[in-house]
Amino acid sequence: MDTLIEPALEGADIYRAIAAAVAISLSGAPLGVFLVLRRMSLSGDVYTHTLLPGVAVAFLIAGESMTTMIVGGLASGLIVACLAGLVARYTVLREDAALASFYMISLSVGMVLLAGHTDAEELLHVLFGDVFAIDGVSLAVIGAVSSLTLFVLAMMWRALVIESYDPVFFASVNGIGTIMHMTFIILVILNLVIGATALGTVMAIGLMTVPGASARFWSRDLSVIVGLSIAIALTSSFAGILAAARFDLPAGPTIIFVSGGWFVVSILFGRCGGLILRLTKRPHLET
Amino acid sequence: MVTERFIQLENLTLGYERHPAVHHVTGQFENGCLTAVVGPNGAGKSTLLKGLSGALKPLEGRIRLNGISKSDIAFLPQQMHLDPSFPISVMDVVCMGHWSRSRLFGTITMSMVDFALAALNDVGLDGFQNRPAGVLSRGQMQRVLFARLLVQDAQVMLLDEPFTAIDEATLETLMSVVQKWHDEERMVIAVMHDVSQVLEHFPSALLLARECIAWGATKQVICEDNLKAARDISSSWIEDAAICERGEVA
Repeated sequence: MDTLIEPALEGADIYRAIAAAVAISLSGAPLGVFLVLRRMSLSGDVYTHTLLPGVAVAFLIAGESMTTMIVGGLASGLIVACLAGLVARYTVLREDAALASFYMISLSVGMVLLAGHTDAEELLHVLFGDVFAIDGVSLAVIGAVSSLTLFVLAMMWRALVIESYDPVFFASVNGIGTIMHMTFIILVILNLVIGATALGTVMAIGLMTVPGASARFWSRDLSVIVGLSIAIALTSSFAGILAAARFDLPAGPTIIFVSGGWFVVSILFGRCGGLILRLTKRPHLET
Repeated sequence: MVTERFIQLENLTLGYERHPAVHHVTGQFENGCLTAVVGPNGAGKSTLLKGLSGALKPLEGRIRLNGISKSDIAFLPQQMHLDPSFPISVMDVVCMGHWSRSRLFGTITMSMVDFALAALNDVGLDGFQNRPAGVLSRGQMQRVLFARLLVQDAQVMLLDEPFTAIDEATLETLMSVVQKWHDEERMVIAVMHDVSQVLEHFPSALLLARECIAWGATKQVICEDNLKAARDISSSWIEDAAICERGEVA
């Protein structure tokens, strides 16, 4: 055990990496639960790609400066989300179709911007992030976004639950449905941006939806599901970072790979709808 | 001074992409009315409720709320949009009805919980409060949604096909809730399909086939001639329909 942890715990980089992963897990996982409940797991993935043009522009201006990339990604993510939201609201296209078109356009813009300007390794850093390269300023931004997300989530918890379960009812009792939805999307994008710094743009959504989807197998109580999703994200981050440092692997994919382990375990052994319980024949209960 | 409560439809046209689903309807829902909205499929019944609930803006004409604010209106949509795998308890669904009191930040007090429990009792679901909403049958779920309406305690109840696909016993319980609202002089407007239920329980009716065919006492509205007239009005969607020239007739 010592040999597994010891070489990993050298230097401030690993502490910053772990601190960043903790912050990203704390706020990202609850959002992931709501993405799953709102049947938006795939939309979440799509939002990730909308960050690329902004990240690319930031990269071209300031090189591998994480703070600039955070600002750039945030700007392009929010612009595309607003455009897709407006198109969905005021035209015949639904939000998924609007998003699907806009994200491809963003992705193409991002790739065109990056083409010819980077060597393969730099591009890998943008696409897969580098949790060990997070500096003090980026860590502060990550911490701030994570705290803000948890605060806003706590504030709008009740409305978010009602709107996720019964949007028609929620629309009939007040007119804040759209504001709620947009606030939620903005939180998702903020967390994708900070997630992208550690995990990369491709993997950022993984630390939200994989823990969110896994946690659903263990409880029918939403608060418990959210708590579990955070626990799954935290343990995956911690184990992933240690393994990445120890075996010199890319941290983002390693973290998501570990959370994938949780997902498989949950599918198999989950108490609520897991495969093994479903397939075992047990005596039925009294009426 | 007590203001008179009523909902007035003035030359109301509702629809989608300029195609009217409810066409030039004028009339008034009186306070304390118990009105069934009937008509063939595609007649604009659900669209009318959407308009009344404020979810759909008129293409023409208007809906005038007199002595009623938007928050006095409760809406029971058709159930099909609810996800049975959503992790939420029956109690939490019923307590959604407290929204106008709790809003975003208010607490759900013990007395509000008691109120919700009483509502569950009224719809015959005593002891169901901790069950996951997803395991209930359609009829039981309809009872839960009625309990939520009871908790909403609104002056106007808009019910979209409240008694479709439920058994006799559930119908009886829910109908008694509707009757109680009627006795309390609330306004109840329900989209209905079963004409015999309408004749038995609803004093007034509105027969809709996009146009208003008849509106008044149920016995006069539900007659063979009117029903035939409603059926005859084609329910087709004409892609290149001409622009309606009828304009303001109010």
